[in-house]
Amino acid sequence: MLFRLPRFLAHGTLLALTMLALAACGGSKTEWQLNDVTGHLPDLHFDMTGDNGQPMTADALKGKVVMMFFGYTHCPDVCPLSLTHLHTVMQRLGKLADQVRIVFVSVDPKRDTPEMLHGYVRAFDKHAVGLTGSVKQVRKLTKAYRVVFNTDPPDNHGNYEVSHSSAVFIFDRQGRARLISGSADNMPAIEHDVKQLIEESS
Amino acid sequence: MKRIVLLLLATMLVSPALWASSAAPAVRAEHAWIRLLPGDLPAAGYMVLENLSDKPHRLVSVSSADFGSVMMHKSVRSSGVQHMEHVDNVVVPAHGKIEFKPGGYHLMLMQRAQPLKPGQVAVLILKFADTGDLSVGFKIRPANASSD
Repeated sequence: MLFRLPRFLAHGTLLALTMLALAACGGSKTEWQLNDVTGHLPDLHFDMTGDNGQPMTADALKGKVVMMFFGYTHCPDVCPLSLTHLHTVMQRLGKLADQVRIVFVSVDPKRDTPEMLHGYVRAFDKHAVGLTGSVKQVRKLTKAYRVVFNTDPPDNHGNYEVSHSSAVFIFDRQGRARLISGSADNMPAIEHDVKQLIEESS
Repeated sequence: MKRIVLLLLATMLVSPALWASSAAPAVRAEHAWIRLLPGDLPAAGYMVLENLSDKPHRLVSVSSADFGSVMMHKSVRSSGVQHMEHVDNVVVPAHGKIEFKPGGYHLMLMQRAQPLKPGQVAVLILKFADTGDLSVGFKIRPANASSD
C-alpha cells in the first residue's frame, strides 16, 4: 500500500512508525506522574501478621504491584477514603487488578487484630491485605519508609486517635520501591503509573 | 414505604420549628449519608448544610437514637501527616453552605444502638444555637461508597 502513496507521504509514515516503535521499546524515557523514588527507599520487606492471622512476609507479594499505606480501623474518615480511592483505581484497572495488591498496614496494632483487619479491608476491595503485628514490628516497617505515627492518650471511654502519614508507597513486581503518592487522592496518576509498572517486563 | 412514613413522623415530632412557623426552615440538610464500617467500628456521617436565611446559624451538637455518641470532627493534613480535630460547633454562613465530606468535616458515630445495614436510613438530630432542631435522615452506605 505504501508504494502507491506519493513518496513524501510514504517517508513520513515510515518516520512516524519508526518513532512510535522506538518509544514503545523504551527509546524515550518512561514518564511517571507520581514521585519517582527508585533507588531511594528499601525494597519491600517486613515480618508482620496478615489479616488471616498467619505470619506474613513480603515474599507473599512477589510478582504483584503493591500499593501500601498506613492507617487504623478506628479512623472513620481518612483511612476509609484512602481505601475507597485505591479500590476505585482497582476498578478502573479491570482485569489488570489481579496483578495488584492494596496493603493496609495498621499503626494501631493494639486494637487492630487480624480478625478486625480482615473484615475491614475486605469491605473495600477483594485484593486488599491487612498487616498488623507487635508494636516493634510496626515501628520497624514505618521507620524503613520514614512514616510517622503518633498514638493519642485515650479519653474517658478508652477511645483514641492515631495520627499518621498519608503517603501511598508503590512497589513493582520485584518488590522495589518505585513511587510515592502524597495521598490516595490522585487516582488518575496512581492508575497511570500502576499500569506502567504492570506492563514493565522486569 | 414504612420507613419513609416513620421518617416523616419522626421529622414532624422532633422539629416543631419546621411546622410551627409559617416560614421555611432556616437551614436545610442534603446529601446526608453514613459510611458504614464493619462490626462496631466508628462510622462517618456526611452532609451538605445550606443556610437559607439572612443570619448565620451555628450547629452545636448532633445526636441520634441509632448511635450512643455523635461527635463533630475535621480531618486535617499537614506536612504529610493526617489527624482529626475535634470540632465544637460549625457556623453555616447566611445564604451559604457548609459541606461535611470525606477528608474534611465529618460526624464520628459510635456506640451503635443496633446493627445497621446499607440501604437503611438513620435519623440524626442537628441542634442549632438559635434556630430549631433539624431532623435528618442519613442514608446508610457501604464502606467503599463515594457519596449518597
